[in-house]
Amino acid sequence: MATVEYKGKTFEVDEDGFLQKFEDWTLEWVDYVKDSEGIKELTPEHNKVIEFLQDYYKKNGIAPMVRILSKVTGFKLKHIYELFPSGPGKGACKMAGLPKPTGCV
Amino acid sequence: MAKYPPPEELIKINYSTPVKSWMDTKTPFKPGNFSYPGKPDILKYLGMPNPRVWSPTDDDWQLPPDWQRLVMEKFRSLLKKYRSFKVFMDICVRCGACADKCHFFIGGGDPKNMPVLRAELLRSIYRGEFSAAAKVLGKLAGARKLEEDVIKEWFLYFYQCTECRRCSLFCPYGIDTAEITMMARELLHEVGCNINWILEPAANCNRTGNHLGIQPHAYKDMMDFLCDDIEDITGKRIRPNVNKKGCEILFITPSGDIFADPGIYTYMGYLILFEHLGLDVTWSTYASEGGNFGLFTSDKMMKKINGKMYNEAKRLGVKWILGGECGHMWRVINQYMSTMNGPADFLETPVSPITGTKFDAASGTKMLHIAEFTADLIKNKKLNLDPSRNDNFISTFHDSCNPARGMGLLEEPRYIMKNVCRQFYEMPENTIREQTFCCGGGAGLNNEEFTETRLRGGLPRGNAVKYVRDRHGVNNLACICAIDRATLPPLCDYWAPGVGVSGVHELVGNAIILDGEKKRTTDLRQNPLPGMEDEEE
Repeated sequence: MATVEYKGKTFEVDEDGFLQKFEDWTLEWVDYVKDSEGIKELTPEHNKVIEFLQDYYKKNGIAPMVRILSKVTGFKLKHIYELFPSGPGKGACKMAGLPKPTGCV
Repeated sequence: MAKYPPPEELIKINYSTPVKSWMDTKTPFKPGNFSYPGKPDILKYLGMPNPRVWSPTDDDWQLPPDWQRLVMEKFRSLLKKYRSFKVFMDICVRCGACADKCHFFIGGGDPKNMPVLRAELLRSIYRGEFSAAAKVLGKLAGARKLEEDVIKEWFLYFYQCTECRRCSLFCPYGIDTAEITMMARELLHEVGCNINWILEPAANCNRTGNHLGIQPHAYKDMMDFLCDDIEDITGKRIRPNVNKKGCEILFITPSGDIFADPGIYTYMGYLILFEHLGLDVTWSTYASEGGNFGLFTSDKMMKKINGKMYNEAKRLGVKWILGGECGHMWRVINQYMSTMNGPADFLETPVSPITGTKFDAASGTKMLHIAEFTADLIKNKKLNLDPSRNDNFISTFHDSCNPARGMGLLEEPRYIMKNVCRQFYEMPENTIREQTFCCGGGAGLNNEEFTETRLRGGLPRGNAVKYVRDRHGVNNLACICAIDRATLPPLCDYWAPGVGVSGVHELVGNAIILDGEKKRTTDLRQNPLPGMEDEEE
């Protein structure tokens, strides 16, 4: 399994660079994804999205549907893309340490 | 994430045949032409052989030491179990009628995507082992030895088949190529060569009842969220039954539709339809998946996963089961369910409580497709419809492979479309109905890393969509499958930009006038209805 070394931490990741284990998530991971996703600066809005994603994931074991993310954070989808250029699934979920959803999606 | 070339590059397809014979032509694995392998923890959970970390691009695939014996024993047992498999191995005369019918061949030009040659990858081993004459004559009779490269070739090409069965439609012998692919995938499981995008949903489904792994409390939460949206749009609060015993009907639909855009709007359409009818129906958080990635795994897995439909119907004490807009679900139901999980003699042949119509065609499984149910309602004038609410859509209909070729569901969705929309145009006739072209992502290939091959395979469908877009201004491609709803949006963005994707019951939900609803200003996507653009502000 591929690993990522960043600021003295080692992360196990899947083929697309998502964390293998949610429990491995740390603030260093956020920094690492920030750089690889081309996000200039982390704002409280980024943190709001990440916190909600993690909170939802802990309660439900999956990522929230995009409309729930949008409604709860109050950010329109367009704004979420401004925050996370590769989108809520690939950018935001990756940064929050969530796995990719599977199935007919 | 896989990168892929722009359409003007991808369209340069080389249809010439290689210089060397096919047995001597190797195809390299490269990003975009394969799906990621099954993860070890998923294989372990499912009790499948040879869990390990590996990649198709590795030289050493870490096959088990006695891998040849394992494959051949399984081959022998499949031939014994399925007479059809043996017939399909023996009967092909290589006439070539199927050769140019596969969307992956049309969009990619690789001869090994001709269905006849794809099957030959397997037949060549069959001949070498199970035909006395070919054993002696070897290559002359089209036989070859089972070497590691054969396993690699099987993995590549049997995970480049979407089991859509368009080729089978043209085969004079009726060889079901989907079943050949299913057999090949079973052989590959013996040595631990499979893909995660199929196995993880199958594992989730086994654990939670649906591919996404949605647990009951989350399912209910998502359903309530969609009911909130319906209330915002219509002013009506819908309170659907969940896991309720004693209802007349159990409704089962793909989990993609409660989670992913644009499937959620189809889900809202169902909720509105049932509310409009006052239907005595329950949803289930256990039978919370119509799809069955077991179909793409093995007969054993398919049977186990599908079993929940009847188990839940029995537990809840319903009379019959209504099924939603799902593609391969209906292949499983129509083709295998009655003997595999049935007979369901505790259920009754579906009768519409609204019209009294008895659906005899569903008497085998006691499961009715929602398109048949709704078409009957419209025919009997039981729905109060305002089709002008769909006037922003100029629609066409994509026949999803399995409902079209696997159960002959051709007229009902069109009949519904024409009654809930005022602008409807068909794509060219050799791309619809039984001859429909695949979305390029069926049979568990709807994953991100496979996008380039999906887009190649999506060329014939994309080209037909582009045709009606340019000719009639079509901006909406309706379909009745959740994999379609996941795969067709990127396909349209790529080959026919400007065309969106919807389910049929999304359009039904837009058109239905609920008793006592408020004046709607938006459709289910909360886009302004025609003439309401100002009220949105």
